[in-house]
Amino acid sequence: MTLAPAEGFSVTATDLVRSFGSRRAVNGVSLSLAPGDCLALFGPNGAGKTTLLRMLGGLLRPTSGQATIEGVALPGGAEVRARVGLVSHQTMLYDALTARENVEFAARMYGVADVRQATQRVLQRLGADSFADVRVQSLSRGMQQRVSVARAIVHEPSVLLADEPFTGLDAGGASALTGMLAGLRDSGAAIIIVTHNLDEALSLCTAAAIMRDGRFVRLDSTPIPARDEYTALYRELSVDAS
Amino acid sequence: MVHRTPGVLASALAITRKDLLIEFRSRSVILSAVAFAVLAITIFFFAWDPTAVASVDLAPGVLWVIFTFSGLLGLHRSFGVEQPTRAIDALLAAPVGREAIYLGKLLANLGFVIVVQAISLPAVALLYNVPIGGYVLPLIGIVLLASVGLVAVGTLFSSMVVSTRLAELLLPLLALPFFVPVILPAAQATARLMNGRPVAEVSGYVSILGAFDVVFLVVCTLLYPYTLDQ
Repeated sequence: MTLAPAEGFSVTATDLVRSFGSRRAVNGVSLSLAPGDCLALFGPNGAGKTTLLRMLGGLLRPTSGQATIEGVALPGGAEVRARVGLVSHQTMLYDALTARENVEFAARMYGVADVRQATQRVLQRLGADSFADVRVQSLSRGMQQRVSVARAIVHEPSVLLADEPFTGLDAGGASALTGMLAGLRDSGAAIIIVTHNLDEALSLCTAAAIMRDGRFVRLDSTPIPARDEYTALYRELSVDAS
Repeated sequence: MVHRTPGVLASALAITRKDLLIEFRSRSVILSAVAFAVLAITIFFFAWDPTAVASVDLAPGVLWVIFTFSGLLGLHRSFGVEQPTRAIDALLAAPVGREAIYLGKLLANLGFVIVVQAISLPAVALLYNVPIGGYVLPLIGIVLLASVGLVAVGTLFSSMVVSTRLAELLLPLLALPFFVPVILPAAQATARLMNGRPVAEVSGYVSILGAFDVVFLVVCTLLYPYTLDQ
């Protein structure tokens, strides 16, 4: 991962700014991710992590600056959105539908060729096939989160933007999700994970950044400092500062 | 892997199917709309003095008041169903055109409105003793034409107000003025048919309704993406 955007990168951002009124939620962020890169984004609440992810996902227009997905400037069109998977800290699922129906609906929206097979495959991959035909409203938060991730990756995106993907997952679920994300990364997808779960994220990612007040205050590429050292850095740069 | 992005119609129909399935499962809107329609028909019936107003003069007004306000109940729900878990973000992040989202919602709303109308129309005819058998097809045609216009405008405004705190108040406030050009010719045409006037006499109203449908459909489809712009 580098700071300077260049050709061949999956995700780039150059001086990305997003203001809400007079407040700058994201204040001049630049980054580049190559295929197979995984960036863990840490920071206190209100640091601008989710806003950055929403801009990269095409859900928010930047106030200034530019971002690209696989060389196409955002917001881009359907061709760009087809390459991106989005996991939010909210499930983005329909409670009245079953897990399978939710994932199948997402597959149809992305034009997946064999909807049923792709849905079954991704539900199995996330260990969600045992409750695939249960309505989402009857599932625990952790189960819903697995379905939410399945919904986001059913079209096998080349860029995955995951906001708090470990929300509600128990240790086993988090570990399974980490394994699945590692597989996705190894297959060449670029991943950005916003999380407070340092253990899972640091074991998975090739780069880590700490955000505060809309900026990167620290950016580490491989080798990322060891967990204890990074935890201390994180505390120093974010928690104590907030 | 990049898949072939789905076309507007395929995406719209998938959204319609999803919305109708959610409503079929929850029945939250259809039950409240039907309950509203039945209550309104009953209240109008008991407030009605048959010696002062003939049933064929009252029934068209009752019918269109019910169609309008029961429709608003469903329109409010249309985008509300996307809000609790921000499912709308997943729709917007998907490679489907914004117009497909609008058309999908519109078709689902139209289906919902038609179900309520299919219950209300015979109920009004029965309770107010209005024999509609002789002109039922032209009447259904007028009702459907008007419904397209109402739903086209209502779906757009539903999207605009859904994330506001006063959505339930704002939707009727914004939508009702735009309903007027549709409801007036529809109510006039209904009244003429119920008064036994020839079908040819309502052709002018049908043309007006058709024109409003085209204008509202085109304008609302074009405007919809701007309601999402952040």
